[in-house]
Amino acid sequence: MRRAALAIEALAIGLLFWSFFSDARYALAGAALAALGAAAALGAFGQRRELPHFWLWFASILVYAFLYLPLAIVVIFSFNDSKLAAEWVGFTTSWYAKLLADVDMLAAARNSVLIALTASAVATVLGTMAGIAMHRYKPRLLPFMVLTPVAMPEILLGVSLLIFFLNTARPALALFGIEFDLGVLTVIIAHITFCIGFVAIIVRARLAGMDESIFEAARDLGATPWETFRRVTLPLIMPGVIAGALMAFTLSIDDFVITFFTSGVGTKTLPLEIYTMIKVAVTPEVNAVSTLLMLLTLGMIVVAGRVAPDVLRGK
Amino acid sequence: MARRRGERVTRWLVGGPPGAFLLLFFLLPSLIMIVASFRYPGEFGGLAPLFPAGPGEEGGLTTENYRVFFSDWIYFQIFLKSFGVAAFTTLVCLLMAYPIALLIARSPHQRRDLMVLLVVLPFASNFLVRVYAWMIILGPFDLLFTRSAVILGLVYVHLPFMVLPLYTNLEKHDPVLLDAAQDLGATGWSRFWRVTFPLSLPGIFSGSALVFIPVLGVFAIPEILGGIHDWLVGNMIKEAFLGVRDWPFGSMLSLMLTVCVLAVAGAAAWLAARGLQRA
Repeated sequence: MRRAALAIEALAIGLLFWSFFSDARYALAGAALAALGAAAALGAFGQRRELPHFWLWFASILVYAFLYLPLAIVVIFSFNDSKLAAEWVGFTTSWYAKLLADVDMLAAARNSVLIALTASAVATVLGTMAGIAMHRYKPRLLPFMVLTPVAMPEILLGVSLLIFFLNTARPALALFGIEFDLGVLTVIIAHITFCIGFVAIIVRARLAGMDESIFEAARDLGATPWETFRRVTLPLIMPGVIAGALMAFTLSIDDFVITFFTSGVGTKTLPLEIYTMIKVAVTPEVNAVSTLLMLLTLGMIVVAGRVAPDVLRGK
Repeated sequence: MARRRGERVTRWLVGGPPGAFLLLFFLLPSLIMIVASFRYPGEFGGLAPLFPAGPGEEGGLTTENYRVFFSDWIYFQIFLKSFGVAAFTTLVCLLMAYPIALLIARSPHQRRDLMVLLVVLPFASNFLVRVYAWMIILGPFDLLFTRSAVILGLVYVHLPFMVLPLYTNLEKHDPVLLDAAQDLGATGWSRFWRVTFPLSLPGIFSGSALVFIPVLGVFAIPEILGGIHDWLVGNMIKEAFLGVRDWPFGSMLSLMLTVCVLAVAGAAAWLAARGLQRA
């Protein structure tokens, strides 16, 4: 009976989802909620032994639906043949065609990829060094500088870098005759600053689980520090380094807040474009670009799962 | 001896570059922001010169920004509102995350990774996309541009931050404890409230900090889903920097936010450590 209750719950959620695309929105949503209540009642009278964690399952299914249905709606509406996102009219791929012809959007996408590639490459090198240094030498100031940008609200890093770039770096570089303004470079620097921490945390966690004696063995066999690093340490931490790089790339290409403060007027990235589209004029193009962006991150996660499965477990 | 010196050189070679980078682009900007909060706004936005060009010229240091902040009730109110919104968001996240974290922790080992992945996966899509999804959903139901819409969006964006630490904590619980409680005659509810829940307090505190702290500083979600001028601290800071361009005031607000964040993080760490001691 409890299994039947969960099945009814799933059907009710499906009905709720469907009600969203229909004219009889309120009637269907009401019916779905009633079915949900019926499922709960059915479960309450069911045998405890049949499914001991029934209520956990019941709540978790709702939460999983809460996590996925909104995104499913975005994807579905990206194929909707209507200028308004209110209801389903018919299937079209014209929003994707329009997107691929949108010059601003393509320029923003190019900027995003360029920034994410550069920032994640530099952050991976610096973050790996920071992770090793934190593990080996237990410095005092470094962990503070590495971990704080990860933990604090993004807006704080954004505005402090804005002041620094415009009020300190620009006049200082002007003394040497170098013209400096907000743009791609400042966004890259800002992204590196917060990505270092994520890479360092992953690399340090990888090192922490390792047997110290292998490094001692390498040293006893006459390896120089560089040889030890190159032929023992690096191969061992490589999955962590790659996972860190992928994480840095994803964080950089998705970042909105810090980019918003450090990009200046001329430079646009995909998240900035999406923000403008949402705020100024919502067109179904947003659905299309969102769907493509989702596919990209999904691809990254699949790759991450292949090279470093333990990162996905949140370890 | 030579080895010792070699060790020190390696130490600087490894830790030096990231240290130097963060010193220049994190620590220095933070310090500059502290100084900026004591400066005058420039004539055309930004900052007035630190050293006035001559007598009668604008410039130098002042505590004016702090005086304005502490003398006007409205700023305090917005901070209070942000705390309220963050606290409520954290509570809703906790209520939604607990069952799912507990279910994953009590599932067979081979299924756990997939279930965790399913929680994290939507989190990988851009947060603006996730906020936008709620714009489409709430629009037809006339719920857009309300405080509830803001909370819903905040919960949606921050939920995984609560699930992961909770799960990591719950996974470590020894099932023998629950068996012992059952043998001693505890019912399902009292087993939960007197064994599982107290043991999970460290997870609750670290998850709460991971939700509460970023929510304190948000500005985009209230801007997109919320009503006009239903501002939080983040909106105030953004407006000070990019709207009216009063940087000293914005810096002062940012510092106040930093103080709040440090207080919350400190409280969470203290509570988690205490919970750990008791457990």
